[in-house]
Amino acid sequence: MTTLTSPLPADAPAARSSVRRPTGTGRRTWRGAGERPSAVATAVLLLGALYCLLPVVWVVVASTKSGAELFSSFTFAPSTHLADNVADLSAYRGGLFWRWMLNTALYAGVGAMLSTLVSAMAGYGLAKYTFAGKNAVFNVLLAGVLVPAIVLAIPQYLLLAELDLTNTYWSVLLPSIISPYGIYLARIYAAAAVPDEVVEAARTDGASETRTFFQVAVPMLVPGLVTVFLFQFVAIWNNFMLPYIMLGDDRLFPITVGLSGLLNQGASQPAMYTLVITGALLSIVPLVALFFALQRFWQVDLAAGAVKS
Amino acid sequence: MTTTTAAPPARATGPSTSGRRRLAPWGFLAPAIVLFVLFLALPIAYAVYLSFRTEKVSGLGLGSGSRTEVWAGLSNYAAALGDPEFLASVGRVALYGLIVVPTMLGLALLFALLLDSRRARTRTFSRTAIFLPYAVPAVISSLLWGFLYLPGVSPFYDLFERFGWDVPSLFDGDLVMFAVANIAVWGGTGFNMIVIYTALKAVPSELYEAAELDGASQVAVALRIKIPIVTPSIIMTAVFSMIATLQVFAEPTTLRPLSNAISTTWTPLMKVYRDAFTRGDLYSAAATSVIIAAATFVLSFGFLRLVQGRAFGQEK
Repeated sequence: MTTLTSPLPADAPAARSSVRRPTGTGRRTWRGAGERPSAVATAVLLLGALYCLLPVVWVVVASTKSGAELFSSFTFAPSTHLADNVADLSAYRGGLFWRWMLNTALYAGVGAMLSTLVSAMAGYGLAKYTFAGKNAVFNVLLAGVLVPAIVLAIPQYLLLAELDLTNTYWSVLLPSIISPYGIYLARIYAAAAVPDEVVEAARTDGASETRTFFQVAVPMLVPGLVTVFLFQFVAIWNNFMLPYIMLGDDRLFPITVGLSGLLNQGASQPAMYTLVITGALLSIVPLVALFFALQRFWQVDLAAGAVKS
Repeated sequence: MTTTTAAPPARATGPSTSGRRRLAPWGFLAPAIVLFVLFLALPIAYAVYLSFRTEKVSGLGLGSGSRTEVWAGLSNYAAALGDPEFLASVGRVALYGLIVVPTMLGLALLFALLLDSRRARTRTFSRTAIFLPYAVPAVISSLLWGFLYLPGVSPFYDLFERFGWDVPSLFDGDLVMFAVANIAVWGGTGFNMIVIYTALKAVPSELYEAAELDGASQVAVALRIKIPIVTPSIIMTAVFSMIATLQVFAEPTTLRPLSNAISTTWTPLMKVYRDAFTRGDLYSAAATSVIIAAATFVLSFGFLRLVQGRAFGQEK
């Protein structure tokens, strides 16, 4: 969880603050000797690609094998048992796996949605108003970026236990809504994308502050807010420790905690391994699909965010 | 929850427009502030409080009245810092970080420079493939690699046996460190590559076209011009990778069923989890987590101070 999630939200401002708007219209119109294709460069990149694809290709192949073939046939030799494996997995304890998938979609989808709304409001409030204590509020919120999840885990559990909320959907959803990094991003976007004159014009027309925000500012902020949503969505989807600590009832588990538990059982019942592998494949399909669908968007947006600052 | 749906700007209608305008930002900030206090500030304060408390057992420790919570001063901290299990886990994580962070960032920088140099073919394919692990949660990637390390499943064992070499078991002894490190490198390289690549794309090309016309090689351009310019990005990715490294938890926890070499206290975070939830000793778990948090702050600020003179000096 940690190595994946933590670096990602925090890295982007580095990219943002350190880049400048490219000059001219087309960059690198110049073509020179330096642009000859190099076999070494291509080979190194392809090796990197191969390394990154290896486990993914493996899980696709392995999920077509029966339990016995998993340990006997050649690692990358496909077989014909995919449908059986999916059927077995779906039948496991009355479709528990699909419940985990739905839970994950709920935690990540609803959590990221609410997080984006809260971040957008806070970022807009910080970017478009002047008020006493503004810098203090911003600095305190921003310091939250550096707070390691570890200091929070135990006391969050104890506090939610006081409210009888542990082992409920709330216990995972509520702590996922606050995102200091999301607020930071939203402030940058609001400052850059919503001109003061537009806000002023809306006020002159008699719109309330709330209306100005939802009907004037939010539409202008949409591209930035999608980025905030994506970061938070991936962060919640990846988060292992929070649900691992908060939840005891396996019907509330997200997919990560569920599969980790299945693997644990596999230590004594190797038959479980096939279920775990098929489950791993099915669980990354939606994420990889989302990733491909939005890939252009990720790239464009990282660059666009950079240019804006 | 009421805290999240409340949108006080609507309610904050003061007697005049300017009064309303004064309250509006607080209305917009209210949900964030309430959630921040509830799920960040309060838990931190509570963790610090718990770290100075302990449970006193009187008599035989039976019955509800025999256990009382008392002030413990610094004894939890002293116990944590003197605990060989904790010190061993810190040592392990330090070594793990020394393997993961330079390898991951080195690869990310190399791939970003190759993508940017335009000399490699198949750049779109490679960029997509290398970024792909970002879409795989750490638990799932640990699971996939775990099977690839498993004798009988792993392709590497077939290979090694064909050559008649001894098969090193990645789940034993010291090698398990590399097994876990590999998972982190696999998962993190792509994202860091994209961050550095984005920074590279924004470097004005005039900066090095002149150098190239003067006959400087691509390697020289990369070393002398491109890397210094993207150094601030690299530093930030390094800081955040270090913070993530100190908190490694999901990967070793997932691999535990497959390996005897990963104990329940293999990383500091795993020890905190065990103390708090297996042993029920919340007080020493709180002290340990406060120590880890403090170390994280000191390390990341220390590193920033150490390098920022070099990295940001040129901006002035």
